[in-house]
Amino acid sequence: MRTVLYNLAHARAGDKGDRCNIGLIARRPEFYPVLVREVTADRVKHLFGDWCKGPVERFELPNLEALNFVLHGALDGGALASLRLDTQGKTYGFALLRLEVEIPEGLTVDPLI
Amino acid sequence: MPQPFRIAGASGFWGDRNDALLDQVRGGPIDVVMLDYLAEVTMSILRMKMMRNPNQGYAGDFLKALDPALHDIVERRIKVVTNAGGMNPRACAQAVIELARKKGIPGLRVGLVTGDDILGQLDSLAARGIALENLDTGGSFSTIRERVLSANAYLGSEPIAEALRAGAQIVVTGRCTDSALALGPLLARYDWAPHDWNRRAAGIVAGHLLECGGQGSGGNFAGAWEQVPDLANLGYPIAEVEESGEFIVTKHSGLGGLVTPAVLKEQLLYEIGDPRAYVTPDVVADFTSIRLEDLGANRVRVFGIRGMPAPEQLKVSVSYQDGWRNAVALTFVWPHALERARASERLLRARCEKRGLEIDEIHVDLIGVSGAHGPLAPAPREEPNEVLFRMAIRTRDRESAKRFGEEIAPLVLSGVPGAASGLLSGRPEESVIVNYWPTLVPRDAVRASVEVLES
Repeated sequence: MRTVLYNLAHARAGDKGDRCNIGLIARRPEFYPVLVREVTADRVKHLFGDWCKGPVERFELPNLEALNFVLHGALDGGALASLRLDTQGKTYGFALLRLEVEIPEGLTVDPLI
Repeated sequence: MPQPFRIAGASGFWGDRNDALLDQVRGGPIDVVMLDYLAEVTMSILRMKMMRNPNQGYAGDFLKALDPALHDIVERRIKVVTNAGGMNPRACAQAVIELARKKGIPGLRVGLVTGDDILGQLDSLAARGIALENLDTGGSFSTIRERVLSANAYLGSEPIAEALRAGAQIVVTGRCTDSALALGPLLARYDWAPHDWNRRAAGIVAGHLLECGGQGSGGNFAGAWEQVPDLANLGYPIAEVEESGEFIVTKHSGLGGLVTPAVLKEQLLYEIGDPRAYVTPDVVADFTSIRLEDLGANRVRVFGIRGMPAPEQLKVSVSYQDGWRNAVALTFVWPHALERARASERLLRARCEKRGLEIDEIHVDLIGVSGAHGPLAPAPREEPNEVLFRMAIRTRDRESAKRFGEEIAPLVLSGVPGAASGLLSGRPEESVIVNYWPTLVPRDAVRASVEVLES
């Protein structure tokens, strides 16, 4: 079965220079392994396409049931120079939550969206 | 059981709510309030203000926040620690003394931390063979040297602790790490050993949870935003820190907001890189070691934090002039709003060419359709009722940036139909781009200095 990532996780994004980081947090502990399996750095890089010029790194925080993504070159030169509407990439967490992911049989997900 | 040491956050950036300080001071017992005012962009804005007036260059909002709260702060012996000093901490500290005099408060001791401003040392650092290359891109410093506006090292918590030990009730710094505003008071309170990396890391994590004000207690919470009570009276977060370094994050019970593990997780992950190594001048904190326990009633226990030795080098934030930008916008209505927005883009590009504008980069947002997320946003399923067309440019040539702003209003009469111009107020003006250049210097290149002034 597939669902949109928004139903499994919430996110907060921020900026450091031309890097955007997105903290992705499982809504329930049993969702964390799904995030680890489904939301790979490659998929995130592919999702952001041309809007992320550099590599995407992924870090695991199992204690917090969360992943941290660092998107290099993702802010059009950084918040201070960016021509984009969202200069700091603060809404990019919501962009990530659009991703469609596969969930295992028997895992109950409340559809929020 | 000894009382824990209670640190309250009351500002997350320059522009935050000025009444949060009074709320924290009056809402219940606290020992220290920390107020963060500095973002990457802030120092360069403050530098430009100071160039126009040597008595400016600090976050004046701090004085506005302090004014109604100062009597309570003095009466309750609450310590206040802030980096509101920005580019000009001395002027900020003197303004605090002045405020105390005006309010008839004698004997107020204000600690002043300076030494972060290394703008005057850049050439001597270069002479020592310190490259100052861009930490992110590896770029050579010589490419920006002539356009540098400011250079500030991130100081750590020791100077803040020193000022508090010397009897300061209010401590004003320039550029220090945001989290040092929590660790500094903790070191003054608990005298943790210099190599007690775990407890220092705990202090940094507490600071990280408080440094963004309301974001640590339900503000901007994406998890279940509709369940956060009373954001209009948001109680900013408070850390109750024990001597062991363990702490509980909470908020005053009479105010709004929400403190749960999910809220703290969002803030822990905010603006970090590799969570195994959160680097500060005081300690390298391992964010993967952090454990949270929900105690209920807006109380979350934070424990298990590990730290590693402080780095040999200090981070420096350099700002430099990097050209000009301008942006124009018009709203197009149904039908064919998107097509008419795209036609306007072609039209504006042709006008820029005809007028000979030198433009390095053009960016177009179709707000209502793909404005915030560009190519990530799927195409709309139905024809939109309206689209806000926005076109932004970057250029080295100020005159071109200025003249670009003259091209939007004529589109109402000489462009494609169906444009509402309500967002236009006169001609959009060009603004200077001040960019950010992170770099490293050896620790010994930066000497913090501490003094205590008295009203």
